[in-house]
Amino acid sequence: MSSHSHWSEWIYIGVVVALLVWVGAEAWNLERLVEHVPEDAKVIKVTGQQWFWTFEHEDGTKEVGELHVKKGVPYKFEVTSTDVIHSFNIHDYVVLMDAVPGRINTVWFVPFDAGEFDIQCREYCGLIHYNMRGTLYVEDDA
Amino acid sequence: MVLELQKPRPIWQIMFSTHHTDIGLLYMIMSLAALFMGGALALAIRLELFFPGSQIIADSMTFNRMFTVHGTTLIFLFILPFASSIGNYLVPIMIRYKDMAYPKLNAIAFWMIPPAFALIWLGFADFTWNAYAPYSVISAPGPAADMWIFGLKILGVSAILGAINFIVTILKCKHPDLPLSKAPLLAWSYLTSSLIILVAMPTFAAALLMLLTDRLAVSRFFDPAVGGDPIAYQHLFWFTFHPEVYVLVIPAIGFMYEIIPRFSRKPIYSHSSGVFAFVLLAIVGFASWAHHMYATGMSFTEKTVFMIGTLAAVPASAMHVFNFLATMWGGRIKFATPMMWSVGGIALFFSAGAGGVVNSAMPLDFISHDSYWVVGHFHLFVMGTIAFGSFGFFYYIFPYITGRMYNEKWGIVHFILSFVGAVMVFFTQHVLGLYGMPRRVFDYPPIPEWIAMNQFITVGAMLLGIGAAVFLVNMIYSSAKGKPANMDDPWGLGGKYYYPYEAKNPHHSH
Repeated sequence: MSSHSHWSEWIYIGVVVALLVWVGAEAWNLERLVEHVPEDAKVIKVTGQQWFWTFEHEDGTKEVGELHVKKGVPYKFEVTSTDVIHSFNIHDYVVLMDAVPGRINTVWFVPFDAGEFDIQCREYCGLIHYNMRGTLYVEDDA
Repeated sequence: MVLELQKPRPIWQIMFSTHHTDIGLLYMIMSLAALFMGGALALAIRLELFFPGSQIIADSMTFNRMFTVHGTTLIFLFILPFASSIGNYLVPIMIRYKDMAYPKLNAIAFWMIPPAFALIWLGFADFTWNAYAPYSVISAPGPAADMWIFGLKILGVSAILGAINFIVTILKCKHPDLPLSKAPLLAWSYLTSSLIILVAMPTFAAALLMLLTDRLAVSRFFDPAVGGDPIAYQHLFWFTFHPEVYVLVIPAIGFMYEIIPRFSRKPIYSHSSGVFAFVLLAIVGFASWAHHMYATGMSFTEKTVFMIGTLAAVPASAMHVFNFLATMWGGRIKFATPMMWSVGGIALFFSAGAGGVVNSAMPLDFISHDSYWVVGHFHLFVMGTIAFGSFGFFYYIFPYITGRMYNEKWGIVHFILSFVGAVMVFFTQHVLGLYGMPRRVFDYPPIPEWIAMNQFITVGAMLLGIGAAVFLVNMIYSSAKGKPANMDDPWGLGGKYYYPYEAKNPHHSH
């Protein structure tokens, strides 16, 4: 054990630690930027319940199972649930936030492409979890 | 000697025995039964997902129950009891004592498992192995959910009793001539994993009681309407089960520490580095539990703390990988079946660890969380690392238990099928997760990429299934008709290591 030198192991550990520090620092910095919600973001209240999504816009209009937004406008989602935990997910825009009863979690995004995108539930919520889906419509504001 | 099949004994003599090798045999038989039962559920799940729509499973509730019991079975009834089996066989011999410290407690800890096994399988709960509140409180159908809670409660007590026994055996019963620092790394792996169980398990025991009383409506711990908090359950759960991940993986690393020097015909590169890495992991492993919970609405500060805690656990695992490679370097390696499983397991362990760094980085977690990426990630650990290490060690200990050699050719076929299958299934699941497929879904929309990847994964799973069938036949045939093993050195490697047959079972005539 002590008969041979350990310099190679120390170099290896040094490289591993350096990589981890780099990953950690990059992740910290990126997350800090990502979590900064623009002040002019429009609020959309998102409510998950077994097994559909309800959306309420700032002007009070409600949508069930589909969500219409305008391209290029920042939106802030206030996500909650009325029964069990769900997870609000628009995969194409890396929007993911748990809908937890008794809590309001926020996440924001700016749609930059017009079109239709899938909304789905990413946290197991029972019988129809697999089909707790919706559609995001991003409309060109001509 | 431990020649169970060459010198047949009445089954009751093994069942009522408190000798460590008999308990080891009981653990082994039960854990392998659980492996095949849990594995069969996995194959059914994969067949169901071959196409979108309902295939072989009638409805989503049945599917949900199947993946719940699949996970519960393989974690608690295969991986942990298999580790207990090997620990029972070898820890007393390695620390040079006649038995475990508390033989009757040892038998009790084992015999608590079959009733728990029955509760979990007869109940067939649906709330995933996490049993997150409030779903598990207000929505999961009973009595399945309650049976699962009682089953896990029993398993938790059994694990704590087993852990106490290993800790006392190693610390108090080891031969006075053997300093603890020189105890074999396999024995060290049981010491550290048992210490983790002792610290981590009581938290989940509390969470289970709270779930039960919440389900009985006599408490409201997880009900936000009266000031409870569903997220509290997740903290209690992961405070136990993130360290538990290390409880599962540490004995498998210990298996590799026994096999790799032996089949490389070289002493371990650094014994002290292995001990240090085990102890470091056992401590740092308690600083990372909430990395499972970034998406529950944690603050930036909380996420940062748990990201750092998670990354801090990586160097300890990396040290093991280095130790294995440095031991093999320049050795005269014999690639017999146990060695192939160990080397394959190290490769997949490294991949799993690299993927884990990605998960722990906060912004990337929001891409991978609760997607198939996570399924692929932890299966690379539980199957690719832990089950691979366990298969390798099973082949390694096989001649000592049966007195016969397994069929080497079919052992290698089992390995190749499993390695190719594991890469096809678990690497592809990572990619499928990046394409956005959520985990725990009975059905999925007909997106062409999702269909193609699911079909590729199912083919890989079938290779794993065929490998398991080869394993079963080899195991049964060789234990009855295999070539008698050279008990001093079954693989012709030379050198003196720890031979399980040195155990002096009072039921065996010498």
